Amino acid sequence: MENCEPLLSVEDLNIYFRSDDGIARAVNGISYEVKPAETVSIVGESGCGKTVSALSLLGLVPCPPGEIAGGKILFDGKNLVGCSEEEFRKIRGNRIAMVFQEPLTSLNPVFTIGDQISEAIEVHEDLPGDTLHTRSVQLLREVGIASPEERLKAYPHQLSGGQRQRVMIAMALSCRPDLLIADEPTTALDVTIQAQILNLLLSLQQSHSMAILYITHDLAVVSQVARRIYVMYSGIIMEQGETDRVFQSPRHPYTRGLLASLPSRLKRGIKLPSIPGMVPDPAHRPGGCPFHPRCRLVKTSCREAFPEMCDYGNGHLSRCPILYHETKGA
Amino acid sequence: MNRKQAHSPDEKALLQAEALRKYFPVRRGFFQKTTGWIKAVDSIDLQIEKGKTLGLVGESGCGKSTVARMLLKLMEPDGGRIIYKDHDISLMYRKELKALRKEVQIIFQDPFGSLNPRMSAGQCIDEGLRVLGVGDRNRRKEKVRELLETVGLAGDSVDRYPHEFSGGQRQRIGIARALSVEPSLIICDEPVSALDVSIQAQILNLLKKLQDELGLSYLFISHDLNVVGYMSDRVAVMYLGHIMEYAPADILFEKPLHPYTIALLSSVPVPGEKTEIEPLAGDVPSPLDPPPGCKFQGRCPLVETRCRQEEIRFHSAGDGHQVRCWKV
Repeated sequence: MENCEPLLSVEDLNIYFRSDDGIARAVNGISYEVKPAETVSIVGESGCGKTVSALSLLGLVPCPPGEIAGGKILFDGKNLVGCSEEEFRKIRGNRIAMVFQEPLTSLNPVFTIGDQISEAIEVHEDLPGDTLHTRSVQLLREVGIASPEERLKAYPHQLSGGQRQRVMIAMALSCRPDLLIADEPTTALDVTIQAQILNLLLSLQQSHSMAILYITHDLAVVSQVARRIYVMYSGIIMEQGETDRVFQSPRHPYTRGLLASLPSRLKRGIKLPSIPGMVPDPAHRPGGCPFHPRCRLVKTSCREAFPEMCDYGNGHLSRCPILYHETKGA
Repeated sequence: MNRKQAHSPDEKALLQAEALRKYFPVRRGFFQKTTGWIKAVDSIDLQIEKGKTLGLVGESGCGKSTVARMLLKLMEPDGGRIIYKDHDISLMYRKELKALRKEVQIIFQDPFGSLNPRMSAGQCIDEGLRVLGVGDRNRRKEKVRELLETVGLAGDSVDRYPHEFSGGQRQRIGIARALSVEPSLIICDEPVSALDVSIQAQILNLLKKLQDELGLSYLFISHDLNVVGYMSDRVAVMYLGHIMEYAPADILFEKPLHPYTIALLSSVPVPGEKTEIEPLAGDVPSPLDPPPGCKFQGRCPLVETRCRQEEIRFHSAGDGHQVRCWKV
């Protein structure tokens, strides 16, 4: 798996939104790759551009006001930037599928579960009615829904949050995609249900050998699912590497700050080392390193120059030259 | 069972709820006939000590927020008593209730929905003072400025409107508003769930600091066990309207006894660790006409016939640890 060609490779992607306030650089030159059957996670806080970057893979960035201002999205060797709507329709749901955060708003309330699953299949395959039915039943069984035949007749409001998310996953799997984009799929769910869905995703990944791009703000969930992570802040990737490495020895002040600020019972009575300030507005981002106004290690150079990626080996990269020189000097 | 023994009576208790109950009728048909009851909160005992934090955890629909509303008298309980500083607040009306409003305040989950968009930050914070007739206009103005400073907002925020603030800043306004009438008890209903990780820590630190400085008591409601573990001195675990386990925070996290608590704790992923999670099967059942016996029977790995037959009572496991499971 280490040496094979990446399934998805995003190179220097820029996505801008134009408004009266000026240009919001939602995604500002990010590069990442996903290999076949690998789970990769993009982690970041709200407004960092993680969802927009995922939507661009499916040609779903609203345009205008959005615009892909540069870069490449290579999926299985084909550049998706500039693809026509028709070409995207062949890929969407078929080769790349997506599971959204809110299962209730992503399902259509006036159609049954069965209708919606069949619709997802029919777009890409021409199947006779009874095959379609068998396929839908089989999909629901695969995602662990009890009595799937009856459930096909149910409407979304008749299902619980966890079951709805299972239906979403069943729809996403309907055409055996090569890549599944999961955008905060467990954020709206309770912890016990979250654990069920995470286990389901991981077991499906193994049985289908598909790649998962997992987008979340939750650092705990990331360590549960992803082999590699990309930490995003303010439209750029700050740190990337194997999950264990990044968690054990984070090489960026932002990643360090995030990890340190997580509450737990073991820290009771201790003041949480929080990151001061707040996430900058995408239309008014500071120059130089976008994290510099909140950074404890800030130096003059951080305000002026855009930070370069520094290589720590084994695919562990971080965009903080200050820390890099400190560790190399020591 | 003698309830007094169940929760050893403590003189320091600021608020005590005894056998608190709230059933919602389910009405159907043209004549709106009552066809069943949703037992949102079913005979709950709670005790909040002065200057301490009681954490209340549970999954959605377990009745946490209903408890909060009843303690604030925003909702009438159907049974049981709420004793606040030796007064039974379930009997309070009008004038007395106004005095209670000064004592017990709430911070809501959603910093976007809980502030009136037509009121400036200053007006939001001032409203409670004005309604309760605290001081004259100048005194109140000064007080609002002090409050903004306490919660870490710039003085010029007074005239700005909610949409001009970020989520974390709005939550600070909500905290300032709760503090304005100098309460002794603040009910925090999921105060950091809607915030980003880096902002969450700032708000938790602020709440802790205020508690130390002002001697506040908190009822801290959350579904996030890491947050509850960080904030609370004691923790109550709720499931379908019942408290399943009640213990000092350290004991609860280190030696959980109830099968539900154990399952809940093991479902929480830990940052930086990949653990094998054995998830609890099934969904939280509907609170509409639950079966007799233990509420957790449908999902419990240890279930036996007895669990389905009799009402399970609280057992003491020593050290102030109580658990609603006869098997432990």
